Amino acid sequence: MSEAVIRVVGLGKSYVTAAGLFPALKGVDLTIDRGEYVAIMGPSGSGKSTFMNLLGCLDKPTSGDYFLVERNVAQMPGDELAILRNRTIGFVFQGFNLLPRSSLEDNVGLPLVYSHIKREPRRKKAREMLARVGLEGYANSLPARISGGQQQRVAIARALINSPSLILADEPTGNLDSHTSEEIMELFGQLNDEGITVILVTHEADIAAHARRQVRFLDGHIVSDLQTSGRGSNAC
Amino acid sequence: MLGPMLGEAWHAMGSNRMRTALTMLGMVIGVGSVVLMMAIGQGAQFAVAQTISTMGSNLYIIIAGTTQTGGARSGGGFGFTLRVADGEAIAELDDVKIVAPVHQGTQQLVYGSKNWSASVVGTTASYLDARAWALTSGYVFGDSDVRSATRVALLGKTVVENLFDPGESPVGKTIRVRNTPFTVIGTLAAKGQNLDGRDQDDTIIVPLTTAQRKLFGVPFAGSVRSIMVQASSAEAMPSVEKSVTALLRQRHRLRDDQDDDFYIRNLAAAADSAAETTRVMSMLLGAIASVSLLVGGIGIMNIMLVSVTERTREIGVRMAIGARQRDILTQFLLEAIMISITGCLIGLLLGIGGALLVNAITDMVIVISGGSVLVAFGVAAAVGVFFGFYPARKAAALDPIEALRYQ
Repeated sequence: MSEAVIRVVGLGKSYVTAAGLFPALKGVDLTIDRGEYVAIMGPSGSGKSTFMNLLGCLDKPTSGDYFLVERNVAQMPGDELAILRNRTIGFVFQGFNLLPRSSLEDNVGLPLVYSHIKREPRRKKAREMLARVGLEGYANSLPARISGGQQQRVAIARALINSPSLILADEPTGNLDSHTSEEIMELFGQLNDEGITVILVTHEADIAAHARRQVRFLDGHIVSDLQTSGRGSNAC
Repeated sequence: MLGPMLGEAWHAMGSNRMRTALTMLGMVIGVGSVVLMMAIGQGAQFAVAQTISTMGSNLYIIIAGTTQTGGARSGGGFGFTLRVADGEAIAELDDVKIVAPVHQGTQQLVYGSKNWSASVVGTTASYLDARAWALTSGYVFGDSDVRSATRVALLGKTVVENLFDPGESPVGKTIRVRNTPFTVIGTLAAKGQNLDGRDQDDTIIVPLTTAQRKLFGVPFAGSVRSIMVQASSAEAMPSVEKSVTALLRQRHRLRDDQDDDFYIRNLAAAADSAAETTRVMSMLLGAIASVSLLVGGIGIMNIMLVSVTERTREIGVRMAIGARQRDILTQFLLEAIMISITGCLIGLLLGIGGALLVNAITDMVIVISGGSVLVAFGVAAAVGVFFGFYPARKAAALDPIEALRYQ
């Protein structure tokens, strides 16, 4: 009954450096099913960021295949990848990455601009999303007027607005204190409970502990892939 | 797609007002000066064209030339080589439309207690046709007046103003010219200044014979100082000049080694050179103003480049959430075009305002044509596209991963 949202086969990525070809990712195989909550872990230089960029369709692999919702996207042209990023993937970044001069409503509605949705339905949907992350009434505020935790909620609302197949969060709590981090992780847990696939990239074990599955990278390989009891079990 | 994009561009313009305003200033000054300079240049062209049109078209003036009589030389216009009969012969040539002998000089005019010095033109009725000079009242003297040297006069507007009280009708009144009484039979329409700046309305026109016999005195009967010749068209002018020269040389029995004893002056050529001068001047003004438009465009490019660098992260975010390269390109291009078009509109208003101000404080003629406004607008839009394209392209070509990592 579970279908694969992500299936990568022999995925490799090499960078051209002054010292020659540097393989950052050396033939990775991984399948993530709909509704999973996966943490991708590993120290810096392990290849997890490269993997994340490939999963997010921000980059193209040098070898292997990547099936996103059953479509091989490995060698898709840039414009089609942009459409995938718009419709299929919701990004949450460590630095929130809200547009500082746009209202929260406009920030949340931004993906819909690129799906050619008109202004009124866009605003309506953006307000709904803000309410979903507990920020109703902030529609016209600017990002600088709210706290970091609230900004990350706005970013999550933005990621959710196009009903993506998966949420890709890159160190989502990296800029937050531990209390706020817990709140954000709770929100991810909640979204996962609603059936949304969540992929978390982190190097913090206690953040990764919220996920139900932990995939560990080292030197461009997956070194462990564990099902865990899931969130909350070893919360601090 | 363009709707939300325009909104975004508007938003971006508003988010850094000071910088947007300064960038726009370049366009404002550029467009403003183009519009103003073109208004002044076209105004000058218009003024010259007006002056030229008062002269009459396709005209030659044949002036009696240098003669040497026993060592005493006299210059053009004071010889006695031209004769009225020459004019009659010229009238028979092909492509010659009108011939009018002219004897011109300055005389003192008296009416009642007022007196005034004016140019007196002795000629025939065809002179008015050649000059396209209309009457405002009265009638023109005829050939019989010329034959019998009647003492009748047509008065120019300036003469009327200086000899008569306002509202007084000069027609039927008698003025004295060099103590000879003349009956005023008509008044001439205003013509304004000629190309030399002389007032063409400070003139009275009398029959040629009357001028020669009663006012100036001519030592040889039948001679005349100058003859005005109108060709049937501008194209016919060179051939008319040639045939007139040949005819006069033949009639004056000049040997091949003798110089012409007359001058042929082409009034159209003088007019053309005046028109050409103003045309070059207005082009020069436009060219100088265009330089400031170019500088304005470079200002836009400069700011857009800064803006792209500053907003690298934003571009990364936009790409990550689904903006295609052409969306980013459109966004930055629209921003540049909006800045330049808004600057252009303000510049247009200032330029037109400046032109009206120049018109108000000097008596310079100003012409604001739809064409020049359209050109300025088109150029501004083109400048926006041209100078906005490179920064926009740079933004669109950013790698989303690099852009997201940019601090």
